[in-house]
Amino acid sequence: MIRFDGVTKRFEDGTVAVDDLSFEAPAGKITVLVGPSGCGKTTSLRMINRMIEPSEGSILIDGTDTGSLAPAELRRGIGYVIQHAGLFPHRTVLSNVMTVPSLLKWDKKRARDRALEVLELVGLGGDYAKRYPGQLSGGQQQRVGVARALAGDPSVMLMDEPFSAIDPVVREGLQDEFLKLQEALGTTIVMVTHDIDEAIKLGDRIAVLRQGGRLAQFSSPDDLLAHPADDFVASFVGRDRGYRALSFKTAEVPIHHEAPVRLGDRLGPGEEWRLVVDDAGAPLGWVHADEVTGPLSATDLQLGGTLATLGGSLRGYLDAALSSPSGRGVVVEGAELAGTVRPDEVLHVIQAAPRATGETILSPEEPA
Amino acid sequence: MSVWGVPLGEVWSLTLDHIYLAGLPLLIGLLLAIPLGWAALTRRWLYGPLIAGTGLLYTIPSLALFILLPGILGTQILDPVNVLVAMTLYTVALLTRTVADGLSSVPNHVRQAATAMGYSPLRRLVAVELPLAVPVISAGLRVAAVSNVSIVSVAALVGVSQLGTLFTDGFNRNAMGPIVLGVIASVTLAVLFDVLILGVTKVLTPWQTAGRSA
Amino acid sequence: MISLVGEWLTDPANWSGARGIWAQLVTHLQLSFLALFLAALIAVPLGLYIGHTGRGRVVVVNLAGGFRAVPSLGVLFIAVLLLLPRLSGEAAFVVPSVIVLVVLAIPPVLSGVYAGVQQVDPAARDAARGMGMTGGQVLTQVEIPCALPLIFSGLRSAMLQIIATATIAAVVGLGGLGRFLIDGQATRDYAEMAGGALLVAGLALTVDFVFGLAQRLVVSPGLARAE
Repeated sequence: MIRFDGVTKRFEDGTVAVDDLSFEAPAGKITVLVGPSGCGKTTSLRMINRMIEPSEGSILIDGTDTGSLAPAELRRGIGYVIQHAGLFPHRTVLSNVMTVPSLLKWDKKRARDRALEVLELVGLGGDYAKRYPGQLSGGQQQRVGVARALAGDPSVMLMDEPFSAIDPVVREGLQDEFLKLQEALGTTIVMVTHDIDEAIKLGDRIAVLRQGGRLAQFSSPDDLLAHPADDFVASFVGRDRGYRALSFKTAEVPIHHEAPVRLGDRLGPGEEWRLVVDDAGAPLGWVHADEVTGPLSATDLQLGGTLATLGGSLRGYLDAALSSPSGRGVVVEGAELAGTVRPDEVLHVIQAAPRATGETILSPEEPA
Repeated sequence: MSVWGVPLGEVWSLTLDHIYLAGLPLLIGLLLAIPLGWAALTRRWLYGPLIAGTGLLYTIPSLALFILLPGILGTQILDPVNVLVAMTLYTVALLTRTVADGLSSVPNHVRQAATAMGYSPLRRLVAVELPLAVPVISAGLRVAAVSNVSIVSVAALVGVSQLGTLFTDGFNRNAMGPIVLGVIASVTLAVLFDVLILGVTKVLTPWQTAGRSA
Repeated sequence: MISLVGEWLTDPANWSGARGIWAQLVTHLQLSFLALFLAALIAVPLGLYIGHTGRGRVVVVNLAGGFRAVPSLGVLFIAVLLLLPRLSGEAAFVVPSVIVLVVLAIPPVLSGVYAGVQQVDPAARDAARGMGMTGGQVLTQVEIPCALPLIFSGLRSAMLQIIATATIAAVVGLGGLGRFLIDGQATRDYAEMAGGALLVAGLALTVDFVFGLAQRLVVSPGLARAE
């Protein structure tokens, strides 16, 4: 657990970057600091490992005041990941990852084994260890950055815009992997981003900061979407927040039986939209009876339409229902067809669901 | 009239000699370096050998080159041509790489746009790439100019007259005045060359100053 | 004429003895390395400090550019005229020359070291500090290794400058291969001059080549692409 206790940072020229910041980042969870540029989010992050010294207040990690430790000692116990990875170009991937174990004076073999282990963990096993950073793509470099931060087995990890410099397609995959990794390791993470969508996707807790380094709201992502504390947070969280809030809601939705057809089948008269599945029962696409003559072939399939996961979020159900050409949203369990949902019924469930599921943990009006 | 024991007329004529010996190779060297740099860039296999070759040239100490050239060119050792050739070689050595770097600094989309509009490779070089490479080439030219001015004075040791002659004269007469005068004149000349190149660059690249004041 | 130079170079008598080619070659190398060592002793720590802290940046940039304009021959004569009356014996020739060699070698080394440290990726430096490296560890484990390519190019251009100026310094009585160029001219012996000039050129090329090899051995292959 990381606790900010009335932390203020005033720079020498008098500007206040962070103003009386208090919050608690829970142990084993991801806390995301988000806000527009100049809101002091990076400054706040860098005060945790004392890359920047607070002017007032204190930061405690598991009850220990960070100010009481030597900065270098403190930092060796905290994982640190930055935007452009900051790998050492003159060292191999392996030697980069061994940095903190070496600083901690682990013996060579243990450091090496640990480095290879975390590299495997971030999906860079095999001969990647022998390469130099210059031979890796941006996404791979960022993976090495994460591995390097994990190598010292820290209980706390700080991440400053770790995914911002990576192209969107790769970024999404990295975020998903990162979530899985975090779930497995249970590291306490504080992350900075300017991207509210990333904050909502990754954060267990989100701290929205406003210009001048003041905390606008600290809450869970669903609560942030449902109950923005004020106009600033509302506009920062942005459009579609009602729809995005559905990502955090689950409820029982009526699942209708869907009788699928297979490629090679012939459609009988009077049938309109039929769902085609493969031999394993995984949905392939829709076909319309009017447009098909003869046995069904892959070219008859109408793709498009997203798949909802059985028991998943209401957003998934609604999106599947709205995007389906037949008006029936496809629901899967694993990869297999589970049935379909109707848009009106999904909306009905949404209407009946409680309007908020979370509670505001801390907002400026009601201090902790 | 004389300054520190050197007649003013002599200082003037030595200065003119110095300008001629340091300046002319600068112009010839630039004219030679442009096609060489272009070749190094457009024929990739030429890049390594050309850059390495011109680099080797630059490692040869000036006095050694002044003495070796008469043997190669068949000239007299006192002939100023040796100095002109040596300084031209140094200039080419320095600028070939600069020209290649400068030309490669031209953004690819600009080059492609020019090609798309129907420029032939040669016209594109003259009308588009060279003008855009001026800032980089000019930076290299300034380095070459300043070092040319200071290296030329070594030629006094092989008897070619220019400001360096003040050094040898002063030393032989055990007089500090001419030497200090020579150093001041040489440094001043280097600064003038530098300012002149800067000025010409500014005139040739109006977009650079326009961008800054906007 | 070329055959005369060849004759001079292949005559064993010219190679041996206290004033022979081997002896002058050794002297030239000794003086050059001594000068480079002294220059590095001053310029490397200074360059590291300026690159690491960013203090005094302007001085370095102007110093390196400005020194290029100073004619080495003139400075050499000034140093000798100033110091000759105060020194005696062998030192009278050697000390002023070495001082000039060192002074002229400082700017290239200084600017190479400074630029090398200064161009280290700020993200790498930040990560190093963030992982718990002390200031000294950041310098020795990240900044210096990453700066090596530019440190080497500074050392190499300083060494070429030293070898060239040491050649010229024969005119004020300094030993080394420059003797053959200056003495040959005094006796109107072109074969000796040109032979000496060839040796000087060969020495410069060889020393630079050896530095290049050392650079390859010392600099991490991970930095080769950035060079």
